[in-house]
Amino acid sequence: MRFFAPKNNVLPGFRLAMGFTLFYLSLIVLIPVAAIFIKTAAAGWSQFWQTATSPRVVASYRLSFGVSALAALANGVFGLLAAWVLVRYEFIGKRMVDALVDLPFALPTAVAGISLTTVYAETGWIGQWLKPLGVKVAFTPLGVLVALTFIGLPFVVRTVQPVLQDLDREVEDAAASLGANRWQTFYRVIFPALWPAALTGATLAFARAVGEYGSVIFISGNMPMRTEITPLLIVTKLEQYDYAGATAIAVVMLVASFSLLLLINLLQWWSAHRGT
Amino acid sequence: MSIEVRDVHKTFGTFAALKGVSLKIQSGELMALLGPSGSGKTTLLRIIAGLETPDDGSGDILFHGENVAALRAAARHVGFVFQHYALFRHMTVFENIAFGLRVRPRRNRPSNDAIRGKVASLLKLVQLENFAGRYPSQLSGGQRQRVALARALAVEPRVLLLDEPFGSLDAKVRKELRAWIRRLHDEIHITSVFVTHDQDEALEVADRVAVMNEGAIEQIGTPEEVYDQPASAFVYQFLGNVNIFEGRIRNGRLRIGCLELPVSSPESADNQPARAYVRPHDIELARIVAGEGVRRGTVQHIHTAGPIVRVGVRTFDGSQTIEVEIAREKHQELDLRVGNVVYYRMRHSQIFVEDYSI
Amino acid sequence: MSAIPLHPLTPNSNLARLPRRTGGVQSFPNAEPAWIRWSLIAVSLAFLASFLFVPLTAVFWEAFRKGAAVYWASFQDPDARSAIRLTLLTAMIAVPLNLVFGVAAAWAIAKFDFPGKSVLITLIDLPFAVSPVVSGLIYVLLFGAQGWWGPWLAAHNIRIIFATPGIVLATIFVTFPFVARELIPLMQSQGTEEEQAAIVLGANGWQTFFRVTLPNIRWGLLYGVILCNARAMGEFGAVSVVSGHVRGLTNTMPLHIEILYNEYQFAAAFAVASLLAMLALITLAAKTAVTWKSRGPLEDHANHNSTGDAHEH
Repeated sequence: MRFFAPKNNVLPGFRLAMGFTLFYLSLIVLIPVAAIFIKTAAAGWSQFWQTATSPRVVASYRLSFGVSALAALANGVFGLLAAWVLVRYEFIGKRMVDALVDLPFALPTAVAGISLTTVYAETGWIGQWLKPLGVKVAFTPLGVLVALTFIGLPFVVRTVQPVLQDLDREVEDAAASLGANRWQTFYRVIFPALWPAALTGATLAFARAVGEYGSVIFISGNMPMRTEITPLLIVTKLEQYDYAGATAIAVVMLVASFSLLLLINLLQWWSAHRGT
Repeated sequence: MSIEVRDVHKTFGTFAALKGVSLKIQSGELMALLGPSGSGKTTLLRIIAGLETPDDGSGDILFHGENVAALRAAARHVGFVFQHYALFRHMTVFENIAFGLRVRPRRNRPSNDAIRGKVASLLKLVQLENFAGRYPSQLSGGQRQRVALARALAVEPRVLLLDEPFGSLDAKVRKELRAWIRRLHDEIHITSVFVTHDQDEALEVADRVAVMNEGAIEQIGTPEEVYDQPASAFVYQFLGNVNIFEGRIRNGRLRIGCLELPVSSPESADNQPARAYVRPHDIELARIVAGEGVRRGTVQHIHTAGPIVRVGVRTFDGSQTIEVEIAREKHQELDLRVGNVVYYRMRHSQIFVEDYSI
Repeated sequence: MSAIPLHPLTPNSNLARLPRRTGGVQSFPNAEPAWIRWSLIAVSLAFLASFLFVPLTAVFWEAFRKGAAVYWASFQDPDARSAIRLTLLTAMIAVPLNLVFGVAAAWAIAKFDFPGKSVLITLIDLPFAVSPVVSGLIYVLLFGAQGWWGPWLAAHNIRIIFATPGIVLATIFVTFPFVARELIPLMQSQGTEEEQAAIVLGANGWQTFFRVTLPNIRWGLLYGVILCNARAMGEFGAVSVVSGHVRGLTNTMPLHIEILYNEYQFAAAFAVASLLAMLALITLAAKTAVTWKSRGPLEDHANHNSTGDAHEH
């Protein structure tokens, strides 16, 4: 019954609130974003294609998208694990650790960039232990992975945590009472409930990583064809006053962003409607 | 202050919530809108309050003869008690009750002393004198309900509207609050309408009951009227347990197997399928054949529920099991066991010709 | 006309997106053996430590490595001071604007039904999905020397790109969704019954908003503002594109850090970075406090449910 009812028609202020929302949205977001597409269309397809598929640019896509996918995967695995530990187990300092998970949201990317570079450099706190193992992090693609894992870290934890908390313990008890061992209970009962949230979180982390700039440029070394991410290439083109080139790459990135946004919405819709 | 609703329609998308409802509530009356989920009772209440508007061009709402259909909710001066109370969770009980007075335009606003006095008298009325400083989260369900009532009464509304006032309470509190609301109404005599899906609640508390189904009113009457003379099969079924016997009308009598019942309703045509509705307590049981219209059956189960005993009797032809309610003493007197042969007789029944429109 | 809900007094899930505090003893007979439990804890803590705790500690360590004197001297530099001033100014403009927008958008979206609502929500989310560099670039294309309105702006001697207005615009863009995203789920979960009650009791629209809605959303609003502020002060990529990096004029704190770092003035770079890291820690603390604040009374609420009707009549 309530389902059919419009939320109400007695509260005032809809026109004012909606009018301001649309005005501000258009001014800040819609018009500027539309402008970049119009600009590209005006410059012509062939020039766009030439820039967007030049070898140095393609190498940067490979790095940005490839390493972002690896970072999303790492966050999918460790994020799920961290969410599990934070929800199910008790240990000293748990609340502090839980609060610290949001650090990548709160810490400015430039600060994260210089700090990760220092820590993972050959002389750094962590880098010095990796060096004897032959692992070089800073100024290699591995460094890009570290930075992108850092900035995507909270997403999976924060999407999985509430689902895990709402998971009915009775279902697990039921599985156990039916003779399932702990591992069977996990992969047959718990994991199927969690993975849509984990996938959504990993996609969010991927979307964030693809566009990331500040935390990567310090640790990556920015060598063309090797450790140069796509956003950096846009900045480089701008510094050379190659506006058309920068715009062409930006359009590719924007289309990727829109596709990811759409995918995330679909994922969220799907995980919300799944099994109901 | 009387309330009159004239031919109100309300559609949500493709769903017709109200299909031309008319209703008249006398001044000082306590009226219940009773019906199952989706029957349109809450929508009707919200339309009376002005929280919902009827479909364009349909219907009028009159308060004491004055058409208020065009007035906004705030201008109608109604007291509305929401199903989940909608108490302002960040305000104390005192501030909740005082809210309606504090938001008045300055020229109509009572002084702080007057507000304090008014709130104190309302707190006394709802028996929460010692709870003025509490927050809603620190109250029980029944206490919240009474705060919501006091808050609605603080603005001295012309009518009081309550949406499922007991719906969110547990069984014991619900019973207490019912009796209390009835007493409160007898004391302050404000025209009141409440919505409920619980027939006991409606029959016990209200002066009159409007039974609603699928967006229309099936019957309006006193609790005795709707219970004893249901106007439709729906009302009969909704207001309590019922045994249904299917049969056919022949020569002004309903034939059910070899049992015949007199048909009172004149419109019933010959040779039509019809159903007899019989309440479980309107069936008599006996161990021996005595009198007219007695049928034979076997006891199938016996459940004791407090002062009454529910006996399931399988009809002789085995076609159905009828539910019979008898007093505990009667049960002891009969000394029934499962498998015993019993004789049953309908003391009272009502016949409805089957509705072909379904 | 819904049926009786199963838990009618269960409060709305406040701050729906914030993780809930887990309480109680976690000793279930049907749980993992202790060695698995401790291994899982150890692995995830090692992961979180190497990505979160160590880098955070390193910021303060590097900042103070050459002593407190060098640390304080970093802030005596007029360029550093001007960067701090510009960062504060930018946040002071961007945050209130996005606050007003967030409240208006949440009111329209959470309290009313209208077609195209999910499209609107997606558009509000858009700046989250766009690379910061691209966010800066779109304003360069509009207002830069080569941009659409560049010549007109130049003719009227108005500088937006490589000046403060561009920095503010880019910051508004990247922090655009924060307050709205915090408020929309919160206000949706609170429903409209309290507002309807206020209207029936005679309150007008502004009275309803300021006396009923605002107090109910204050913690979520505060959290949204804190997040928005943290991002506004820390934004690097978008601001980097539009700023032009003029020392003492168009450098914000993150840009100043970059310049110092690239000039190998590590102690000074980390000193400025430590200020922003402090801001991040305050943000995290505020978030924890807000979560606690908004959960506190609700747990209280739940406790009282079980006590039943204490007051007999």
